[in-house]
Amino acid sequence: MKKTSFLKDKHVKRLVIIMVLWAVFMAITRFSKFYTVINFQTMFAQFPEFGLMSLGVMVCMITSGIDLSVVGVANTTAIASALLMRSIGGDTGTMAVFWIPILFLFAILIGTVAGALNGFLITTFDIPPILVTLGMGELFTGIGIVLTNGAAISDFPKDYAYVVNSRFAGIPVQFIIFALVAIVLAIILTKTTYGKKIMMIGTSQKAARFSGLKVNYLLIKTYIISGICAALGGMIMLANYNSARADYGTNYTLQSILIVVLGGVSPAGGRGKISGVILATILVRVLETGINRFPQISSYYISLIWGAVLLFVMVLDYFSENNIKLLKRK
Amino acid sequence: MEDYVLRAVEIEKHFSGVRALDKVTLEIKRGEIHCLAGENGCGKSTLIKVISGVYQKDGGIVEYDGESVEKLTPIDAIKRGIQVIYQDFSIFPNLTVMENLAINSELVENRKFVNWKHVREIAQQAIAKIGFKVDLDAQLGNLSVADKQMVAICRALMFNAKLIIMDEPTTALTKREVKALFKVIMELKAQGIAILFVSHKLDEVFEIADRFTIFRSGKLIATGNTEDLDDKKFSFYMTGREFDNAVFKPTNVTKDNIIQVKNLSLDGFYKNINFAVKGGEIIGITGLLDSGRTELALSLFGLKPSTSGEILIEGKETVIDSPQAAINSGIGFVPEDRLSEGLFLERSIGDNIVISEIDKLTKKGFVDKEKYEREIQRWVSELTIATPNADNAASTLSGGNQQRIVLAKWLACEPKVLILNGPTVGVDIGSKHDIHSILQKLANAGMAVIIISDDLPEVMQNCSKVVVLRDGQVAGELDTNDIQERQIIDIMM
Repeated sequence: MKKTSFLKDKHVKRLVIIMVLWAVFMAITRFSKFYTVINFQTMFAQFPEFGLMSLGVMVCMITSGIDLSVVGVANTTAIASALLMRSIGGDTGTMAVFWIPILFLFAILIGTVAGALNGFLITTFDIPPILVTLGMGELFTGIGIVLTNGAAISDFPKDYAYVVNSRFAGIPVQFIIFALVAIVLAIILTKTTYGKKIMMIGTSQKAARFSGLKVNYLLIKTYIISGICAALGGMIMLANYNSARADYGTNYTLQSILIVVLGGVSPAGGRGKISGVILATILVRVLETGINRFPQISSYYISLIWGAVLLFVMVLDYFSENNIKLLKRK
Repeated sequence: MEDYVLRAVEIEKHFSGVRALDKVTLEIKRGEIHCLAGENGCGKSTLIKVISGVYQKDGGIVEYDGESVEKLTPIDAIKRGIQVIYQDFSIFPNLTVMENLAINSELVENRKFVNWKHVREIAQQAIAKIGFKVDLDAQLGNLSVADKQMVAICRALMFNAKLIIMDEPTTALTKREVKALFKVIMELKAQGIAILFVSHKLDEVFEIADRFTIFRSGKLIATGNTEDLDDKKFSFYMTGREFDNAVFKPTNVTKDNIIQVKNLSLDGFYKNINFAVKGGEIIGITGLLDSGRTELALSLFGLKPSTSGEILIEGKETVIDSPQAAINSGIGFVPEDRLSEGLFLERSIGDNIVISEIDKLTKKGFVDKEKYEREIQRWVSELTIATPNADNAASTLSGGNQQRIVLAKWLACEPKVLILNGPTVGVDIGSKHDIHSILQKLANAGMAVIIISDDLPEVMQNCSKVVVLRDGQVAGELDTNDIQERQIIDIMM
């Protein structure tokens, strides 16, 4: 087991450096607009949406897989939950608070089903994860469109959005949910045998089979975790937008992959730390918010910027890990 | 004066301060088969690269055909008739045989356009030289390893080679293919071409080589005629250690069978296999590559479950339909391909050792770090895995030490039956001997050990009986005390 302190990890170090540079830059150029409590509260209420999805993608990528279905699953969960709330409370009525945990359980159920389907198809039919999850994402988006006729649903009780949009001791509830999931995942990844095993599967699935690991079972479990993370992300989106629609957050697929790679998870599998991914999530949000503070940069540039950053990080990784790659080629 | 095609005298080569070659000398006579042997890391490959112009020497003289050459590039070496066939053959799997054969001369002639008729002609000439029969339009990637090697040899011959260097050419070949290769080598010799044959397999050296040279740790240890060499000397030259190659005598054989296989069949691979192993016994299973031996091994470990028949563990019928079931019934399995099946190369030595028993190293559902580390230390010292730090990646170790990791992984699961498929393939003599003594110790501690191997000296030395497979069936079950290797080969073929 590698015992490296937080800052010794080169991915984490890189993220911290970028973050500090950006913080200084914002302090110099837009201090009064950026460094406000409300701005930070807003950011910490927003990033859990894709932060949760990124956590799911991370777990899959550790097994050398990927989950492209997160956005589809998230939207469909949000839509289904919205419909459920409407049938509970009517289109403008109210809903008792005890329904909220039930809603979350409902979301977890949808995420579990989606993830189990992904995992089942990947392991049983040996289809590459990238194709299975791409198809599953489309399938779920399609379900969302059928359920809504492509329109946004916003006529459901407001109680849910009200509760999730509130703050607890100044901390947004969205962030608390994210933090809870992140802590649970961190424990799972670092302290349980499951965490150790999926790292090994990500390194070599063949060797894992020959070592007697239940590879199929472990992979299905992994995609279920990802499905649940995505569904919870959908619940946050539902609260943040106070509506649900099949095509919200379409750029989150790319963004979550960007975050995971930026956070130091190897796309080849077997390596990744949750601290890096959380840091990368916050960085991406801080960057985007910061960019938004410059009215002259249109938000149309955001995709361009994320795409460029993703490619740049991959190239950087190639150079910093070249020695490892060369060893592999032998 | 003798006629040497190549003389490399007192060659020195350093790599960032480390002396890789320490005044080594290698002389090859015209038309002889010369074997260069030595453990991994002894400098064999470095010398080959110096001879073929890949590396520049730091000292010494290299003479080709009696002419001393100071600076040499790979192209010069080819022009002087030196051809190297590397282990990966340096061929293009997605091109056809014909294209592979022609590509070098196309390059040398520096053509921009391809004259396919011309290409076919030279390709045909090349394969005719050694009487190799192959479809010129077949894609190279679809050929067997042996055929790929033949293509590489043909390509070497197209340049009027005077010396062909073959780097461990038999590693990936079956016994039958090795025979075919040796025939070709003899033919080349008859045509006056010298062969430098790199190998660390003793029996091959005796079978084919006229003379030998042995290196150890970058130094020349011995050179001479193969007639003057014997097993004992060979191992001693290679390792600097004396081995006692005594046949293993089991001392602690249990009365009852630990594992018994009854009429085991897997459609298309093997049929009606029967054998039994008692505790304290080591038995061998041997056969040609396509005899079903590997599939039988995979079945016993649940990776390719058998379609009919019974497996009894300590007298109880046991269903083994997954590796987990095998492990739970007390079966450990050291697979054939250490690098891809046995090890997680990029992960730490420690992780590799404990992965199969990790579920036992927990406290309240979480990994118990202390137990984890203790277990790793225990096995590193028990199997004397030579590493400064168990956190290092498994890829940093030599073949012998890597195999010890795989062994440790299974011993940590405390199996009753240990199945090893090719336990010492690609392992140097010293480690091979150590692994054998580990297995013998395990047997004496009461374990049932099954060695699946086509290394007959290994089988003869360790196993009390040997099951010979042919075409998926048991062709014979023999007591190794009563027979010679020859007899096993006769049954195998």
